[in-house]
Amino acid sequence: MGNKKMTPAQEQYKKLEQKHETKRPVLKNCLKAFLVGGIICVIGQAITYFYIYFFHFTEQTAGNPTVATMIFISMLLTGFGVYDHIGQFAGAGSAVPVTGFGNSVISAAIEHRTEGFVLGVGGNMFKLAGSVILFGVFSAFVVALIKTLLTMWGVL
Amino acid sequence: MLPMFFWAFVVGGLICVIGQLMFDVVKMTPGHTMSTLVVAGAVLDGLGLYEPLMDFAGAGATIPITSFGNSLVHGALQEAEQHGLVGVLTGMFEITSSGISAAVIFGFIGALLFKPKG
Repeated sequence: MGNKKMTPAQEQYKKLEQKHETKRPVLKNCLKAFLVGGIICVIGQAITYFYIYFFHFTEQTAGNPTVATMIFISMLLTGFGVYDHIGQFAGAGSAVPVTGFGNSVISAAIEHRTEGFVLGVGGNMFKLAGSVILFGVFSAFVVALIKTLLTMWGVL
Repeated sequence: MLPMFFWAFVVGGLICVIGQLMFDVVKMTPGHTMSTLVVAGAVLDGLGLYEPLMDFAGAGATIPITSFGNSLVHGALQEAEQHGLVGVLTGMFEITSSGISAAVIFGFIGALLFKPKG
C-alpha cells in the first residue's frame, strides 16, 4: 500500500519489520471463528424455533424477532464486558454474526456516555456500524433498482 | 429439526471463516470486512441465491451480517412489486427494521445501565 515512493532506508525498515512481525496463525484463527460463529448461529436457530413454536411466527418471519433477541443478549454481554473476551478469542466468529453489529453499536454508546447523552451517545452510537448501514443500504438500493427496472422492462 | 441445527452451525461457521480470512489474509479492517459482507449479501439476494441458503441453513444464514444486505434488498423488492420504483425507497427498511430498532433501543438502554470500563 503506497510503496511507490520509499527511500532505501524505509524499504530496509519494512523488510526488518516483516521479519519480526508475528505470523498470524490463520488456520487456528479460522477454526476458532468457525466454532464460535457456528455456536452463535446454533443459539440463533434455537431462538428461531422458540419464536415459531410459542409466538406462531413462520420460518420466514421468525428471523426478525431472533435478530432483535440476539442484539438484546449482545447488549448484556457487552455491558458486563464478556463480549470483548469472546471477541479476542473468536475474531470474526463473534464479529460477523448480528451480535457483532449489536456489540459495535452498544459498546460505542456505552463508551461515549461520559460526553453526554446527546453529543456522546447519540453522536457516536453508529460510529462503527454506520459504514455497514451505509454500504448495505446503498448496495441494496442499486440491486433492487436494477432488478425492478429489469422486471418493468420485461427482461426478467 | 436436528439437521437444521447442524447446517446452521456449519454454514454460519463458514461465513465467519470467510470473515476471518478477510481479516488475516487480505488484512482488511473489521469495518471494511463487515461492509463487504453486507454488500455481498445484497448482491447474492439480487441474484436470487440467498433465499435458498436461508431455507437450507436457517439461522446459519439469517444471523451473519450478510443477511442484513439480503433483508434490505428483500424489503425494497417486496414494496417495489406493489408500488413500482418508489417502493425501492419506501420498502428498504421493511424487514431490517427489527435489527436497527433493537440496536438503537438496546444501545441506549445499555448506555443508561452500564458504565464504561477502563
